[in-house]
Amino acid sequence: MSASTAAHSVVEPTPWTKRLAGLAVVFYALLSMVPLVWIFLTGFKTPPDSISYPPKVLFEPSAEGYVNLFTTRSRQTPEYIASLPKAQSWYEELVRSRNMVIAGPSKFGQRYLNSLIIGFGSTFLAVFLGVLAAYAFSRFRVPLRDDLLFFILSTRMMPPIAVAIPIYLMYRQLGLSDTLLGMILLYTAVNVSLAVWLLKGFIDEIPREYEEAAMVDGYTRFQAFWKVVLPQASTGIAATAIFCLIFAWNEYAFAVLLTSGEAQTAPPFIPIIIGEGGQDWPAVAAGTTLFLIPIVVFTILLRRHLLRGITFGALRR
Amino acid sequence: MPDSTAVDSLARRAAGATPEALSRRLRGISDRTITWVFIAPTVLLLLAINIFPLIWTIQLSFTNFKTNRSSRGTDWVGLENYRSVLTDPDIWHSMQVTAHFVFWSILLEVLLGFALALLINKRFRGHSLWTTVILLPMMLSPAVVGTFWSFLFQPQIGLYNHLIAFVTGIDASSFEMIGDVRLAPWAIVLVDVWMWTPYVMLICLAGLRSIPESIYEAAEVDRASVWRQFWTVTVPMVLPFLMLAVLFRAMENFKMFDMVNLLTSGGPGSTTEVVSITLKREAFEKWRTGYSSALAVILFVTVFGAANIYVKALNAVKNR
Repeated sequence: MSASTAAHSVVEPTPWTKRLAGLAVVFYALLSMVPLVWIFLTGFKTPPDSISYPPKVLFEPSAEGYVNLFTTRSRQTPEYIASLPKAQSWYEELVRSRNMVIAGPSKFGQRYLNSLIIGFGSTFLAVFLGVLAAYAFSRFRVPLRDDLLFFILSTRMMPPIAVAIPIYLMYRQLGLSDTLLGMILLYTAVNVSLAVWLLKGFIDEIPREYEEAAMVDGYTRFQAFWKVVLPQASTGIAATAIFCLIFAWNEYAFAVLLTSGEAQTAPPFIPIIIGEGGQDWPAVAAGTTLFLIPIVVFTILLRRHLLRGITFGALRR
Repeated sequence: MPDSTAVDSLARRAAGATPEALSRRLRGISDRTITWVFIAPTVLLLLAINIFPLIWTIQLSFTNFKTNRSSRGTDWVGLENYRSVLTDPDIWHSMQVTAHFVFWSILLEVLLGFALALLINKRFRGHSLWTTVILLPMMLSPAVVGTFWSFLFQPQIGLYNHLIAFVTGIDASSFEMIGDVRLAPWAIVLVDVWMWTPYVMLICLAGLRSIPESIYEAAEVDRASVWRQFWTVTVPMVLPFLMLAVLFRAMENFKMFDMVNLLTSGGPGSTTEVVSITLKREAFEKWRTGYSSALAVILFVTVFGAANIYVKALNAVKNR
């Protein structure tokens, strides 16, 4: 709204009100960012700095947290370390300066990769199934439509721990426990309800006339769906996909109960990163930072569609 | 719309020119086939991964099945599991813990979220940037949030105690947020409020933006005070949106597991043991499958009832 039209409105707040409101909101925003900034900083501390009393705000940055996150190490005597050939990389040198040697890579890379595979796999399936069902619900007369839509939504409302008991038993029978496929199917089932509801909202907004015109031009119904509706819905599909991806990426309850090795994702893994004598907080913070960066990027990309996503498409802007 | 009628008549002409049998195959029957081909995979998947397990849970809840001793015979015990769940003082304790958590987290989220929405709605310069910043916590993984808050809450080394000490002057090492039976229930409320206030804020903001300016202009003409305008225009108009946010948060927090499990894992003692954590202990640590299935069914019924109300509220807000 430009300043000249705003001046006529009695509803437009005075400049002072605006300034005060802005100040209060910025204060809240900065305060709520403190924990995230602190975790980001902790990732660059040395283990002793991370647990110093009182907490250190100023410190010498170190990559030790990230090195510890990606490696497993063992403690050795100074004599043994002195007898080794010269360290070949900066991180080996860093580890040796702590009287340790690198024993091998840690499981973090594998867990992160699992999160990516399960996240993208389940998102692709959920959006694929969701867009088909949403199109049918949006365009055709489906018997018991509202009941079916409610059924689809209600599956999302179930407490995960309660569903986990029989799924645990079922997966054990089918050999799906602790497999990537099992987790992809499970997250697809949880996400497909969100996908159907969101995509139905997006497809409802595309005028039917486009497809009808295309069908007059000789397209079949399926071609009209494929070549007319899908391109029109691409923004909605992208937004839905990101929501599904974020859910799968963040999920913890199923992951911790149904996976332990092979298919474990990052959320159950990050909290149990342990160093010598307790939790290795810089490594945990480093893992947290790497885990949260994609979410921050996606949130910024999604900001126009957030409201829709968190209310299952009920509210738009 | 002139466009659409033109298209309609065109479509009708095209349909008329097509032989009867062919047009039916292309339009009537193929649409119905497409409908089922498009919907069936979703429904089948949900039947396999949600409904089948649900039915199995119900069946298990009437037995004394134990997952870790499945070779031993399973007996039907009727309603015995339900009786022992509902008379178990531990369950009632965890229900109370859950109620405390749900009530206070939502009350604070509503007050803070609504206030923030009112402030953001003043449309100061840069408001959309700061809104995005504020929204960030609700997008994060609750498990990871629980983990790093447990670091922030560490009594000696954590940042939280030192910030409180800095602001209030209390000694930083004189209190423990997650180790103290009096403070721990508030620690989980605090983290939930940090994480989910943006959710309530965003929905309230949508409510505020849905109010037409003309209503305020009319109130201004009637010389209604700002206070009166707030109570007679703003609050009633935002209320349906707020109800939606409350209902959704209540359902989510009722089944809260991940954040609390990693922040306090139910402790100290069982002061923060919300009902999902009790369920996890019964099902996956004590392996009392029959008993925990009965508890799960009781939770289902509660959430399902709430979901029903939720969908009605969704439609009510949508149809305004």
